[in-house]
Amino acid sequence: MSVSKPLPHDSARLHVTGAARYTDDIPSPRGTLHLAFGVSPIARGHITGMDLSEVQNSPGVVAVLTAKGLPFANDVSPSIHDEPLLAAGTVNYVGQPVFVVVADSHLNARIASRKGKVDYQEEPALLTLDAALAADSRFEEGPRIYRKGDAAKAIDAAPHTVKGTFELGGQEHFYLEGQAAMALPQEDGGMHVHSSTQHPTEIQHKVAEAIGLPMHAVRVETRRMGGGFGGKESQGNALAVACAVAARLTGKPCKMRYDRDDDMVITGKRHAFRISYRAGFGEDGRLQGVEFLHLVDCGWAQDLSLPVADRAMLHADNAYLIPNIRIESHRLRTNRQSATAYRGFGGPQGMVGIERVMDHIAHDLGMDPAELRQRNYYAPMQSPDAPAGEPQDTSGQPLDPDADLASRGAPVQPAKTSLPPKDVQTTPYHMPVEDFILHDLTAQLLKSSDYAARKADIAKWNQGQTHLKRGIAFSPVKFGISFTLTHLNQAGALVHVYQDGSVHLNHGGTEMGQGLFQKVAQVAASRFGIPLEKVNITASDTGKVPNTSATAASSGSDLNGMAVKAACDTLRSRMAEHLALQHQASPGDVVFSNGMVRIGQDEMTFEKAAMACYQGRVSLSATGFYKTPKVEWDRIKGQGRPFYYFAYGAAVTEVAVDALTGENRILRADILHDAGASLNPGIDIGQIEGGYVQGAGWLTTEELVWDDTGRLRTHAPSTYKIPACSDRPDVFNVNLFDGQNREDTIYRSKAVGEPPFMLGISAWLALSDAVAAFGTAYPALNAPATAEEVWRAVRRVRDGI
Amino acid sequence: MALTFRLNGETVRITDASPSVTLLDWLREEKGLTGTKEGCNEGDCGACTVMVTDSRGSKALNACILFLPQLQGKSVRTVEGASGPDGSLHPVQRAMVDHHGSQCGFCTPGFIMSMVTAHANGATDFDDQLAGNLCRCTGYAPIIRAAEAAKDDPVPDWIAQEGSFIWPEISRGEAAGRRAEPPSGKQAAAPPLLPASSDELAELYSAHPEATLIAGATDVGLWVTKQLRHLPQMIFLGGCDDLKGIEVTDSAVRIGAMADMNALRDAMDPLHPSFAEMLRRFSSQQIRAAATVGGNIANGSPIGDTPPALVALGATLHLRKGGDRRELPLEDFFLDYGKQDRQPGEFVEAVSFPRQPDALKVYKLSKRFDQDISAVLGAFNVTLMNGKVSAARIAFGGMAGIPKRAANVEAALTGQPWTEATIGAAAKAFDQDFTPMSDMRASAEYRLETARNMLTRYFADLNGQPVSVLEVRP
Repeated sequence: MSVSKPLPHDSARLHVTGAARYTDDIPSPRGTLHLAFGVSPIARGHITGMDLSEVQNSPGVVAVLTAKGLPFANDVSPSIHDEPLLAAGTVNYVGQPVFVVVADSHLNARIASRKGKVDYQEEPALLTLDAALAADSRFEEGPRIYRKGDAAKAIDAAPHTVKGTFELGGQEHFYLEGQAAMALPQEDGGMHVHSSTQHPTEIQHKVAEAIGLPMHAVRVETRRMGGGFGGKESQGNALAVACAVAARLTGKPCKMRYDRDDDMVITGKRHAFRISYRAGFGEDGRLQGVEFLHLVDCGWAQDLSLPVADRAMLHADNAYLIPNIRIESHRLRTNRQSATAYRGFGGPQGMVGIERVMDHIAHDLGMDPAELRQRNYYAPMQSPDAPAGEPQDTSGQPLDPDADLASRGAPVQPAKTSLPPKDVQTTPYHMPVEDFILHDLTAQLLKSSDYAARKADIAKWNQGQTHLKRGIAFSPVKFGISFTLTHLNQAGALVHVYQDGSVHLNHGGTEMGQGLFQKVAQVAASRFGIPLEKVNITASDTGKVPNTSATAASSGSDLNGMAVKAACDTLRSRMAEHLALQHQASPGDVVFSNGMVRIGQDEMTFEKAAMACYQGRVSLSATGFYKTPKVEWDRIKGQGRPFYYFAYGAAVTEVAVDALTGENRILRADILHDAGASLNPGIDIGQIEGGYVQGAGWLTTEELVWDDTGRLRTHAPSTYKIPACSDRPDVFNVNLFDGQNREDTIYRSKAVGEPPFMLGISAWLALSDAVAAFGTAYPALNAPATAEEVWRAVRRVRDGI
Repeated sequence: MALTFRLNGETVRITDASPSVTLLDWLREEKGLTGTKEGCNEGDCGACTVMVTDSRGSKALNACILFLPQLQGKSVRTVEGASGPDGSLHPVQRAMVDHHGSQCGFCTPGFIMSMVTAHANGATDFDDQLAGNLCRCTGYAPIIRAAEAAKDDPVPDWIAQEGSFIWPEISRGEAAGRRAEPPSGKQAAAPPLLPASSDELAELYSAHPEATLIAGATDVGLWVTKQLRHLPQMIFLGGCDDLKGIEVTDSAVRIGAMADMNALRDAMDPLHPSFAEMLRRFSSQQIRAAATVGGNIANGSPIGDTPPALVALGATLHLRKGGDRRELPLEDFFLDYGKQDRQPGEFVEAVSFPRQPDALKVYKLSKRFDQDISAVLGAFNVTLMNGKVSAARIAFGGMAGIPKRAANVEAALTGQPWTEATIGAAAKAFDQDFTPMSDMRASAEYRLETARNMLTRYFADLNGQPVSVLEVRP
């Protein structure tokens, strides 16, 4: 069966031959026009005048549009309509689109876009968290607070306390393919849009609003993205909407792609945080109470900031049972790019907070940090519901009516929002933790990585060094899986079996490199018991599967895999019923396996079976639907079950640092990660390796720098440094934890897109460990721990500066 | 203008392209070859990497900052030409599929072409060969596994034959053919000039002192792709083979202005290995294969990496204008930020330095080890005699508006015993030599203090102690 095999990415051959088409590679019709934005050079102010005559007269220019010239909605916000496509009256950050040029070539559009003369009355910009806080510039009416027990009282009563504040920088997505879209006007005024987006339905929705038509008049297609990482969840709206509006105006196909510098200056990034903490604990290192204060830099528009900041709060416990905790989160509005979704969606920031607390406590107590963490873990899973052994291929088996309830659209009882019983361990948001597996996983990893012996060796080595020190650190991940906006936890699929036995499949997810299409195809092949080559997946298309959720929150394979399974099972049931009738057997005796269909004593190829069903006038096309069970969440109260389950993992990282310059590098990383019963171990290990390196990059070299006028100074790869080839660990051992999802997910697998990103936190902690070796004070490392930051930390530790 | 080169095995003749069109735009927009990707349009991500072969061998180059006239007489392979004429995959392509080397796939064509080139050249230092290719998905591990897996496979015929077809000579002087009518919307540009020797260059540049000289285009390329500047007259130096040599005699090393950084690295490795190690980290394989020593000096950047090292070696700059030649100490060439001692029509012909026992150490400090611009680059060259400093040449990049010698530090060292006490005393002199600035790469304080610390490192280095995290193994 196809599931659980490490098959290559479905497009691998297209990738390596250059044949894989991305949005800008789609051959465009003759006469296609190209767009570019003219952007604000100031961080905050009013537009007092605009002279765009030079833009209009620039070679090749066909049209120039401003807010006033837009026919319908001037809005590209994914949330509260606070983000105009083109600035209307005020500008709120350096890089905000003010006008859009439509020209005969990409280059001419870019040239013209720089010729606008716009007058502004400047206003004082809010460029720091302090400035925003002082001005009470925020989203929502005030801070959001989640609490369990009485943290202040517990901390005050505790024998030991630590407290501190640190900066946690944002992160540029740096998807290799920049944002891009193309709009093709249709005969009836409708619009066909190709967009590099994680969220075709939202593009459809925003385009429909912008051209004043119902959603049925807009069709959005996405074959693949050259990377997304959350940066294409909402940030593609502006390009697609601009193209559609220009295409409506000119009647010509319109295309837009951001030059890399424009992309980095215009689009949102990961939210930067300042985290303050206070923790009380016993001699044994057990936490008694923790307080967190999150100051969140949301940038100028709301975008997805509220759920991002929520998720940071929801991960403030990470893997630890904290009896008393209070988390206060301020969502501050500043005059910077509007921060947006980025792999982990706030979870990484929340998790760094508690890992920092653990690091600080271990340092103060002189306790092994891995030991300290394990002491504070949630209690292990008591009653695994999951069946033992390998996942079973149930193709051909009678369907379990209960297991399929949700995928058939049957109503699911809403989960109770009342608090769970007192004897159940719960998170700070009162969700029971029932599937905790980190005790076993940690023990295995510490053993396989030889943690204890290496830690001793490193301590010895460090004693012989003046300027160089090594450090080692362990950190765990417990990451909640589901959209916290409950209604997004749904997916649809459309499956056709053709009369030749080939299968064509569409689902609501998008492919951004994570291998979703391949995993979903493996599910379909397994359901029909046919080879993978028989299954073809084409571009995500709002005309085929409607009302899709963003491919985000790591949910792609969980949701779409189940939806596809439902569709396949519907078809299989229809086929089984027909074939059973013809062979005087019961549908339960029909088995789909190894490319064959067995009906009692008879056997035929799947191709023959498909033909027989076609000739028997059986409908061979079906939709499938899935909605995640059990989730129910009240984000204002901070109560409920926002997550269907948790994904787990842990890493041990070793680093070296140089006190003279702060230069540092990762020497070795060992990872054990829980992907449940993996749908495709090859793809999952790829997600883990890539996630780790991206997470480590966030916390080390990836520094975003704005100048004091609000201009982003790191706006290209020449100045913004994602990890390069040699930055990966010299020794890099990545393994999957052998287990299954306790919950009834697709083949008992677990989501794997975001969780491994946070394994990179261990690299930051290892730097802290290495720096600590230079003296006695706590390093109090900020992030990103660039060479300069590490150098500063060494001075704090060694020289008290 | 008319250009002739080979593309994926077929001869291409271009008669109507502007000389400032990049290979990337031409491939994607004119030829419909969209396998080559634009990731950054400034030579920093490698998504546009192609293989370019001439009589000197095969190089991986960034197509986004490669102007069409630079290809005159050469052979280009894009990702579409990596696999065989019958569609069979190149061994590196096969290995990338087998080892999950692609996820989103957008960087993949660039990786494939870097890997194809390394494979053809028998290079197996993959971290260096691939330093110029950024991948955001995989964390690189599977790509390296693929490169390792394919390294012993034979070079396929269609790649091996690439070098066998080389045009007999680059067209001389002004390229033959009519002056191109500028396509609508584009500003008129004169036909490019393609001198075939330094003498021709001297003559043409004297006649067109306003022209822009194009050596590797790794800097000027960005004037076009990022600043959208119009270059009315371009002179391409690729045909000046007589400027490409590096001559090592018993008394001196003379480096032709058109020597590329990979050639310089090879030449420095036996003489001044620390210089060579810095050059290993100089940008990326693609940029080193294009960038020239002359360009790195002539553009006068305060963060160019070769000038401080060459200044520390006591280099002399050789300039030429028409028939006139002059020489000056390299440090004197840099007058002020953005201002060099170069007359209109005058060009860098070579740089030379005396042979000497190796005491040179070059320390490059940047946010990322590979493919990054220096925050601080320190070059130290101290001569010891009987335990005392008899001469000191110390130069820095990133510490001032120009590459600059640390004259006060040198003075504080000279004549003193080579001890920690001397180092400590001399460290104070950095304040007199430098007032660095803060920017996105580093703060002024960090620059000054790490420059000081580099002297401490140099002392430890000469004593044979480990001084870099790059030397530490897990």
